[in-house]
Amino acid sequence: MTALTGEVGIQRFGAYVPALRVSRAEIVAANRWANGSLASWARSERSTCGWDEDVVTMAVEAARDALGTEPRGDVEGVYLGSTTPPFDARLNSGIVASALNLPDSTSCWDVTGSDRAGTSALLAAFDTARARGVRVLCAGSEKKAAPVASVQEVASGHAASAFVVGPGAGIARLLASATVTVDFVDHYRGRGSDFDYHWEERWIRDEGYLKIVPRAVEAVLAKAGVGAGEVARLCVPNPIPRASQALAKRLQIADDAVADPLEAGCGDTGAAHALLMLAAALETAAPGDRILVASFGQGADALLFEVTPAIEAARAGGAGVAKWLARRRDCSYPRYQAFAGLVKMDRGIRAEADKQTALTAHYRNRELLDGMVGGRCARCGTMQIPKTWICVNPDCGAWDTQEPQPFADFEGRVRSWSADHLTFTPDPPAYYGMVEFEPGGRLMMDFTDLGPDKVEVGTTMRMTFRVKDHDPQRGYSRYFWKAAPTGGASGGMNGRWHP
Amino acid sequence: MAAGIRDRVAILGMGCSKFGERWEASSENLMQEAYGEALADAGIETKDIDAAWFATCFEEQSVGKSAIPAAQALRLPFIPVTRVENQCASGTEAFRGAVYAVASGAADIALAVGSEKLKDTGYGGLPQRSRGVLNSMYWANLSAPGSFAQLASAYRVKHAVEAADLKRAMAHISVKSHDNGSLNPKAHLRNRIDEATVINAPMVAEPLGLYDCCGVSDGSAAAIVTTPEIARSLGKHDLVSVKGIQVAVSNGTEAQHNSWDGSYFMTARHAARRVYQEAGITKPREELSLVEVHDCFSITELVTLEDLFISEEGDAVTDVLEGFYDADGQIPCQIDGGLKCFGHPIGASGLRMIYEIYLQMLGRAGDRQLTRDLRYGLTHNLGGSPHQNVCSVTVLGAPGV
Repeated sequence: MTALTGEVGIQRFGAYVPALRVSRAEIVAANRWANGSLASWARSERSTCGWDEDVVTMAVEAARDALGTEPRGDVEGVYLGSTTPPFDARLNSGIVASALNLPDSTSCWDVTGSDRAGTSALLAAFDTARARGVRVLCAGSEKKAAPVASVQEVASGHAASAFVVGPGAGIARLLASATVTVDFVDHYRGRGSDFDYHWEERWIRDEGYLKIVPRAVEAVLAKAGVGAGEVARLCVPNPIPRASQALAKRLQIADDAVADPLEAGCGDTGAAHALLMLAAALETAAPGDRILVASFGQGADALLFEVTPAIEAARAGGAGVAKWLARRRDCSYPRYQAFAGLVKMDRGIRAEADKQTALTAHYRNRELLDGMVGGRCARCGTMQIPKTWICVNPDCGAWDTQEPQPFADFEGRVRSWSADHLTFTPDPPAYYGMVEFEPGGRLMMDFTDLGPDKVEVGTTMRMTFRVKDHDPQRGYSRYFWKAAPTGGASGGMNGRWHP
Repeated sequence: MAAGIRDRVAILGMGCSKFGERWEASSENLMQEAYGEALADAGIETKDIDAAWFATCFEEQSVGKSAIPAAQALRLPFIPVTRVENQCASGTEAFRGAVYAVASGAADIALAVGSEKLKDTGYGGLPQRSRGVLNSMYWANLSAPGSFAQLASAYRVKHAVEAADLKRAMAHISVKSHDNGSLNPKAHLRNRIDEATVINAPMVAEPLGLYDCCGVSDGSAAAIVTTPEIARSLGKHDLVSVKGIQVAVSNGTEAQHNSWDGSYFMTARHAARRVYQEAGITKPREELSLVEVHDCFSITELVTLEDLFISEEGDAVTDVLEGFYDADGQIPCQIDGGLKCFGHPIGASGLRMIYEIYLQMLGRAGDRQLTRDLRYGLTHNLGGSPHQNVCSVTVLGAPGV
């Protein structure tokens, strides 16, 4: 491995945007009676999580987008930056590592507390990579809830992005980084609150954003010896529309270098957003481009990258934001409100069934439940999930021959299915069915992310890490893998996950 | 295969409660209703019973665990009473326990009673229940209709049947069962329906609509069994005896191994082959006189008729539509209305099927009595889902026939 002071860079990048989109015009129209000032927001749409998506599941998808199906054994750490992780006490990044089947020796850190949790996680990931000479995964992921009829409801979105950083320039060499911490409280969310509480926008922009972010940016440019005019792309989230243009002007960075804030189809994704903009910038960057990433939140972070020729090959895999933005499905405002828990729904008595998770059973079966690891019989080669002591092949039946076999990156085909209007799901009807994996094995799986074509016998499915059940009584979410169509109108994800 | 129990055990008496939404009755009341009829039919007293088996499935919503609720409700005289639960096949399991006790010589007279109280949940359909600590963490969150509905998707593709044709055959099955049930005073649902009603009904789990699903009922059924010799000594001369009982339980092949195509019941084929051998049946389509199958859903009945080797594989749609299984067809199926209309109090259903064969063979089935010679009657009782289930098949007939 390289020396402790050696060059580090982004080795791989990826992103994830949930498929569901809410029309901002619909939100504005529904709330015009209460908040007429939203009228200017009646444009495009925002992304929102399905009922079975959260910060952890989005981070896993973004990480898989970044990692592809390459061996993951050289990733030795996971940073997760978010202000909305599902657990206050349980290592969220540890769930991500477990879902990715990273070894137990992986170091994991949750980074939280401000909207620059994503960039702070990235800074820390680079420090770790440099100090230890190892590859580290860093994900930013955010699922903020917003009060009905608030600006945040129209302005924000849900998404994640992920980077593998490590020794060597990779696809984007880290030239310099800087950080400042200032207890400037533009917004906060106290313990037990559902929503962020915001102070006046003009004060945030003029006294905070336009004064504090430049301190970090000027420091990073000075460290790197790069002039503001040499910045090809400025990836910085907007606390209010067009603030980043004002920031660029103040910093003397070219106006056309200001990156698209991804308002269209997504919205501001809080702690994930600077990283999401970075992933989008890498999708179109040319070798030699200097990309400046900055974010604001009780101070500011700034990272300056220089894109290398390796970007061309890295892009060929199709990772990044664009394909997820292209994959979209309508989510009505009432349905969004139901998924976001903003309204009290009559879900029927069936929904009252206890969803307690036996943590002992989860731990015993964590390879199956987190990593979708089944078995492969060392004697007959039959694959099966779950792994069992006795091989399922009727012609084999060998004992204790099962070797761990990950299934998450396999594609499967629907053997049988139904759309169930009886069983409880937050998003009825519940689609599920028997999925057969091409290399062998099958599993009765919940389906998710169905497009207008739904499913048929033979539909090709990819695996996606999702919330299996919420336990509202105890505030616990349990996770497992679900099957989603790979192609056509349902995803356009053909081939990317093929082993 | 073992020699089996053909003609070693006969039915001494049977009873069955009225099935339906029995808001006024507890599970214990339902048992008393069925048992009282069985006892009177047998012409014996409670003290004559040597051992009993009690079947109930959803004890959480009704009587609680163990055989104690049955022993107390029926005031059984400190005899061995065993509670059995094998999902929707529980009733036949209770019968099998009693029959085997007599066949083994461990008991002279044994009782099987099955009961289920489903209407104390506050909602329609079967009760929500745990599928086990681990299963609920990874298996699809399926309901009974959603798991059985998958038979239709796989069957349709395998046999290249148009969705509309399959739906029409399924509708015919339900229309026929409503016709039959309308003649049965103990049936839960006694209304007649037409094909359009079935096809246009609200969807429960695609492609199963409301009328593709059986009734969810309260009810109980009971059988008292003994040896043919003891039966005769008690003055019974018109006997129905057990020709064979076979059970097959999924071992994970269907759920985990790609050798099963999802369009049929692997268990039913195993159990049917074995029971025909035990009963001495070689040509079921010619030798069976009537069948009671586990029509929890219309599609279940359709594929089961192939799994029992009555219809050739892929031919059930045609046989059903041509009326082969209608009341006036060659092999009437669900002459009592079946689960669809008689109702489906889980623990009682297997015994209810046997009750109907028993009545028909003795010519005691009232308005729905078949007026032809009846040789063998078959019951098929299934618990679980197509991909993992308990399947029991029983053949009954007159001793020595």
